[in-house]
Amino acid sequence: MSASVYVAGLGLISAIGKNVSENLASLEQEQAGMGEMHVLSSVHQKKLPVAEVAMSNEELAAQTGMPVGISRTALLSLVAAEEALKDAGLEDPDSVRKGFVSANTVGGMDKSESFFAEWLTNNRGGRLKNIVHHECGSITELVADRLGIRDYMATISTACSSSANSIFFGARLIRQGILDLVIAGGTDALTRFTLNGFNTLMILDREPCKPFDEERKGLNLGEGAGYLVLVSERLAASLKKDVYCMLSGYCNANDAYHQTASSPDGTGSYLAMKGALEKSGLKPEDVNYINLHGTGTQNNDIAEGTAIKLLFQPHFPKMSSTKSFTGHTLGASGAVEAVFSALSVRHGLIYPNLRLTKPMHELPFVPEKRFLKNQLIRHVLSNSFGFGGNCSSLIFSKA
Amino acid sequence: MEELYRHFAITYPKFYKMDNLSKLGFLASEVLLSDLPQIKNYRPEEVGVVLSNANSSLDTDIRFYQTVDQLASPALFVYTLPNIVIGEICIRNHFNGENAFFVSEKFDPVLIEQYVNNLINNNILQSCICGWVDYLAPRYEAVLYFVTKESSNPEQELVFNLENIKKIYKEAHE
Amino acid sequence: MNKLMANLKRQIIAQLNLKDLKPEDIGDDQPLFVEGLGLDSIDALELIVLLQQEYKIKLSNAEEGPRVFYSVKTIAEYITAHQDQKV
Repeated sequence: MSASVYVAGLGLISAIGKNVSENLASLEQEQAGMGEMHVLSSVHQKKLPVAEVAMSNEELAAQTGMPVGISRTALLSLVAAEEALKDAGLEDPDSVRKGFVSANTVGGMDKSESFFAEWLTNNRGGRLKNIVHHECGSITELVADRLGIRDYMATISTACSSSANSIFFGARLIRQGILDLVIAGGTDALTRFTLNGFNTLMILDREPCKPFDEERKGLNLGEGAGYLVLVSERLAASLKKDVYCMLSGYCNANDAYHQTASSPDGTGSYLAMKGALEKSGLKPEDVNYINLHGTGTQNNDIAEGTAIKLLFQPHFPKMSSTKSFTGHTLGASGAVEAVFSALSVRHGLIYPNLRLTKPMHELPFVPEKRFLKNQLIRHVLSNSFGFGGNCSSLIFSKA
Repeated sequence: MEELYRHFAITYPKFYKMDNLSKLGFLASEVLLSDLPQIKNYRPEEVGVVLSNANSSLDTDIRFYQTVDQLASPALFVYTLPNIVIGEICIRNHFNGENAFFVSEKFDPVLIEQYVNNLINNNILQSCICGWVDYLAPRYEAVLYFVTKESSNPEQELVFNLENIKKIYKEAHE
Repeated sequence: MNKLMANLKRQIIAQLNLKDLKPEDIGDDQPLFVEGLGLDSIDALELIVLLQQEYKIKLSNAEEGPRVFYSVKTIAEYITAHQDQKV
């Protein structure tokens, strides 16, 4: 059983917007979301730019009707997943077999690290019930429960490609006839744990990041959540609203080189992109826009760039890294960028790669620097490459 | 686990840098593959790894977090993601095929059966290492399966179906 | 200088989990990265941590790394030169 899978709903919350339309407006106005830390408190407060969602946990809890002690990761997830489900506009949600596939890398770490700090000073301190949702899987269950999804639930944790993997896993569940609808995506909240960790790897830029720039110095961490409502062909036909696009291709490969660095010639990236094209039956020149993984690190951008050069030359489509707006949202990034990609297909948009002043000398192409509308977009390729060599590419096409 | 490493006379110095979860997964895969010389017949893109556990990278998360107050350890931070164990297995064996990591409360034979059979039946992979690898001190467990499209040794093989997956998992715990 | 290098070798083995090695296996001038000991980028970061932890010297510019950490001798020379600039 193999059939088409359609994108019927989108949900998104990030540093550049609390919902899909706010995000889109920021992209058009070229308003990036990185700045000083406000929500998280850390010793790096004034030294490292981050891309935070401009809402406190209290505000997120109020919006979602959740109790205040719930992990920020879960709150962000619920906001975006609810928006996506509402956006799909199902008339009779209970008549449909629904699943929730969500990814995250930090789980309830924000609560655990607060607990840990209190516990270290006094081991009767800290409220144990705050860390009950530490595991990645708990976050998914909490949100699925609130969405009323009981048929199927899964949690994926594969670093920065996690939510891209959720998306194609959700698509497979539909194609195999197991489910009619899957809300698929991911979430991650900023935590001291991640900030300190990335800082020790020395891959953070102390200024707003410059993906694919010759003088790039690293990434900026971000947070957020993104979800797609994927539906079967039959369900798509019954919906009142037009779908955004199809998920026409996907592929995952392992780079098999190093735990955190990409191979210099981008083997994993190359295999993922090539595989996604094969799956969708497309040739490289059919792609109209690539949403780059483009973290802004020395390593990723040259590896990804080299793989693109090898696969696409001499026909390079327009491309950009939206991490120049949202920062690197880690477990959420695949889905955040999938939302941008779906919107690109639906509305004919190309997003700018901000702060690119000096192109990389090794590459024969330069990412797009302006926001463009009314473009002829039939196919968009979105890349997500994670630590552990986990490389994924998704292709969205006009329905 | 270092005793096991020495017992199997493996020469792979990078082993010592791995965290507990990766050491466990690595050792389990070494044992699994030591009986499978046919692994060399597969091209790198034809072999994949699909693993799962309940505790993600929590064991290492805790160890890393304990270093944050003094000087955070980059070598530990690298392992604060559960899928790095997959990375280690792929680096060791040059596997480039699809890989996935799922987190669930208990081993989910239905998920693994569906996911891996789909990959193999649709020729996305020709073979796959899959199963459960979990570590949270002091407890750990690893149950790995090697699944292939073609049968090469019928006497020693079982069909990769729900019943056999559960049977093997149960036997491993007896 | 020799004592410093001997200490460094022990510390490097401990910090980088090079359990199959003994200090006498590491030559003073032996390249640590690529060939030689085959250390990688994460090892380089751990050496930065080592410098700070044991010698209170901060290498905040990662680009200096390849030069400073070329061999045990170059690390010892760097430490000797920066002893008075402790953090």
